[in-house]
Amino acid sequence: MQKRVTFNSRTLPYLLVAPQILITLLFFIWPAIQAVGQSFQREDPFGLRTAFVWFDNYIRLFGDPFYYHSIQITLVFSLLVTLLSMGVALFLATMADRVIRGATGYKTLLIAPYAIAPVIAGVLWLFMFQPTIGIVAYMLDQLGYDWNYHVHGNEAMMLVILAAAWKQISYNFLFFLAGLQAIPKSLIEAAAIDGASPTRRFWTIIFPLLSPTTFFLLVVNIVYAFFDTFGIIDAVTSGGPGSPGATNILVYKVYSDGFVGLDLGGSSAQSVVLMIIVIALTVVQFRYIERRVHY
Amino acid sequence: MTLRTALAAAPAIVLAAGAAHAQVEVQWWHAMGGALGEKVDEIAANFNASQDDYVLTAVYKGNYTETMTAAIAAFRAGEQPAIVQVFEVGTATMMAAEGAIYPVYELMAEHGADFDPADYLAAVTGYYTDPDGNMLSMPFNSSTPVLYYNQAIFEAAGVEEAPTTWPELEAAARQIIDGGHASCGFTTGWQSWVQIENFSAWHNIPIGTLSNGFEGLGTELAINSAAHVAHIQALADWQADGIFKYGGRRSDSAGLFYSGECAMYMNSSAAYAGIVDSVDFDFGVGMLPYWPDVAQGPDGGPQNSIIGGATLWVLQGQDSEVYDGAAAFFSYLSSPEVQAEWHQFTGYLPITTAAAELTEEQGFYAENPGTDTSIRQINLHAPTPNSKGLRFGSFVQIRDIINEELEAIWAGDKTAQEGLDAAVERGNDLLRQFEGDNS
Repeated sequence: MQKRVTFNSRTLPYLLVAPQILITLLFFIWPAIQAVGQSFQREDPFGLRTAFVWFDNYIRLFGDPFYYHSIQITLVFSLLVTLLSMGVALFLATMADRVIRGATGYKTLLIAPYAIAPVIAGVLWLFMFQPTIGIVAYMLDQLGYDWNYHVHGNEAMMLVILAAAWKQISYNFLFFLAGLQAIPKSLIEAAAIDGASPTRRFWTIIFPLLSPTTFFLLVVNIVYAFFDTFGIIDAVTSGGPGSPGATNILVYKVYSDGFVGLDLGGSSAQSVVLMIIVIALTVVQFRYIERRVHY
Repeated sequence: MTLRTALAAAPAIVLAAGAAHAQVEVQWWHAMGGALGEKVDEIAANFNASQDDYVLTAVYKGNYTETMTAAIAAFRAGEQPAIVQVFEVGTATMMAAEGAIYPVYELMAEHGADFDPADYLAAVTGYYTDPDGNMLSMPFNSSTPVLYYNQAIFEAAGVEEAPTTWPELEAAARQIIDGGHASCGFTTGWQSWVQIENFSAWHNIPIGTLSNGFEGLGTELAINSAAHVAHIQALADWQADGIFKYGGRRSDSAGLFYSGECAMYMNSSAAYAGIVDSVDFDFGVGMLPYWPDVAQGPDGGPQNSIIGGATLWVLQGQDSEVYDGAAAFFSYLSSPEVQAEWHQFTGYLPITTAAAELTEEQGFYAENPGTDTSIRQINLHAPTPNSKGLRFGSFVQIRDIINEELEAIWAGDKTAQEGLDAAVERGNDLLRQFEGDNS
C-alpha cells in the first residue's frame, strides 16, 4: 500500500511548500552564503575597509591550538548533553506512561522547562551553583568541598551540561511519551504472559519500537547542543574559565569572536566550519544509524 | 477662494507650520540599565524640558558589548544613532573608524557650542584624546577602582586603619583570618582592569609599548614584566591561606564582600551605591594598595590610577541640525549641576573640575566619607605615559585572554610567569591582526 497524496493541480503543491522554502532561503541559505563570502574577507567593524584575503581566515583558524581545543570540548559537551537529556527523558517517559492518576499534572510539570528561554535556564542553575550566593554551592561548602566553577574548568563544564540537558529533557520527554503510547499494548501484554520481565520487555520490544523516535531525537539533540546552547554558556560561564576556555564551545566562540571581538572574517570562517561539521554529522547519522531504525 | 484651492493649499500651510515648530530628534543609544538607566532617562527628560529645538531620545540597547555591536551594525545599514555610548576598551576600535565617527572637538567647534577642553579632568579626558590632545569623545560615566573594607571586621580584628601598601594588606588579612573574623582577606572585581591595568598605572610601569598604545598601532603588551609577575604570583600564593579569593570575571565577587566572607574588596568606585544598598555593616573606602619596592611615582609612592567606564561617541551620517542638537546636549551634560548630580548619585567620577568643586561645596564628600577617594586617586599626580590610559585594538578580546590566563594561574595550572607570558603572546597576535586590518 502506498501512502501518497495526489494533487490534481501541478502548481498547488509548489504553492504549499513555497512559504517553507522562502523562509529557508531567507533565514538560512542567504545568511549562509553571506557567511561563506565574508569568511574570505578581512574587514574593520564598521565596514569601511574590506580586503579579500582568500583562505587567510581559515589558515589562521586551523593554526590556532585553541580552536582544536574548542572542537574537542564541543564534542564532549554535545555527546554528554545528548545522552543525559535523552536518557533521563526516556526514563521519565516510561515512568509517566504507567501513571494513571494525575497523569496530566505530572506531564505538564515535566514539559514546563521547555517553555523557558535558554538564558533563564542558565540563570536558574547559576542561582543554585554560584559560588558566592548559590544554595547548592553553600551546601557543598558545608560538606567541605571547595566548589568554584569560576576557577575549576570541570565544574564549569558539568554545570553547563546539566543546565543544557535539563532544558532539553522536556522536549525529548514529549516525543518519547508519544512514542510509547503508540506502541500497541497487546504486544507488551503478550510478552508479559510469556513471562518476559519488565526489563526484558523494555529492551526487546519497547526500545526497538521506539527507534524512529530515538533516531529523530538524536539528530535534533545534537543540533541543539551544537547551536542552541549558546545562551546558557553566555549566562553561566561566558566560555571560561581558564585558558583555553573550558566551556568555549564552537558556537560560543563564533559569537564571542564575531560580536564581542568584532572579527567578522574570522568568525564567519568559524561558522562555515561549524556548518560543515554539523552537515557531516547529520549525513553520518542518516547513512549509518538510520539503517538500524525500524519504522 | 474656491473650496478646491483652499483644500490644495491646506497641506502646504500645515507643513509650513509644522516645520516652524518641528523639533529635531537626536538619538542616543546607551548601555545603562536599572537605576542608572532611569537616571539617564531623567537626564534626557530634563534636557528636553530645558529647550525647544531638539528632542533627545535615549534608547537602552543592552550591555556595553551589545550597545556597541548594535551601533556598528546600524552604521553598516545606514541607520545609526547620532550618539552612542561606548566602553573604554572599545576606544581604539572607534578611533580607528575614521569616516564613521565625528570627533567631539570638531563637533563642538563646527556646531557652535561652548567648549573648553581645559574644563575637563585631565585624567578622564586623557584616555579619549588623540596624540595632539584633541577630545574625540565626550566622557560620560568614568570610574576608577578603589579598596573597600569592612570596618566591623577591621575593628573586631584590631586592624587600626586601611592598608595602603600590599605588605600592609597582607598583614591585615593575616590578622583578620588568624583571629577568625573572616575566612578571606580580599577579593577583586574586573581582575584585568584592577590587578593588571590599574596595577601598572598605579606603579607607573607600562602596560604596553608606545605609551600603552597611544603612539601607534605597532604597540606590544608588557604585562609580563618582573613586577607584574611578582604581583600576580603573590595573589596566586595567597589563595592557599585565604588572603586572596577569586570570585569571577566581572563583579560576581561582590557577594563575597557583602556576606562578610572577605574583609576587603577592590572594585570600581561606581560600586559604592550597590554596597550601601546591600550591606548592614560600616565600610570604608581607601586607595588601591601599592608595592613600595615597585612603585615609581614622583615621590617613590603610587602614581595615579586610570579610569574605566564609557564615553559618548558621535557617529557620521546625520543632518547638520542633528549635530547642533548633539552639541547642545553635550554642553548641557557637562554643566556642573548635571555632572555633580550624576557623580553623587552613581559614584562615577565628575568629568569637570567645576562639578567636583560643586560637589565639595554641597558638602557631599563630608557627609559620605570615602566618596572622594576615586577623584583623589586619579588626580594624585599628573598622568605619565604609563598612567594616561591605554589604547589597544581588539582590547575586548585581549581582556578575555587576560581573564583566561589569570584563571589558569588561580587554578594552579600555570605559574604567573607562564600565564602572563601566554597572555602577552596571544594578545600581541591580536594587536598585529588589528594593525593589519587598520593600516
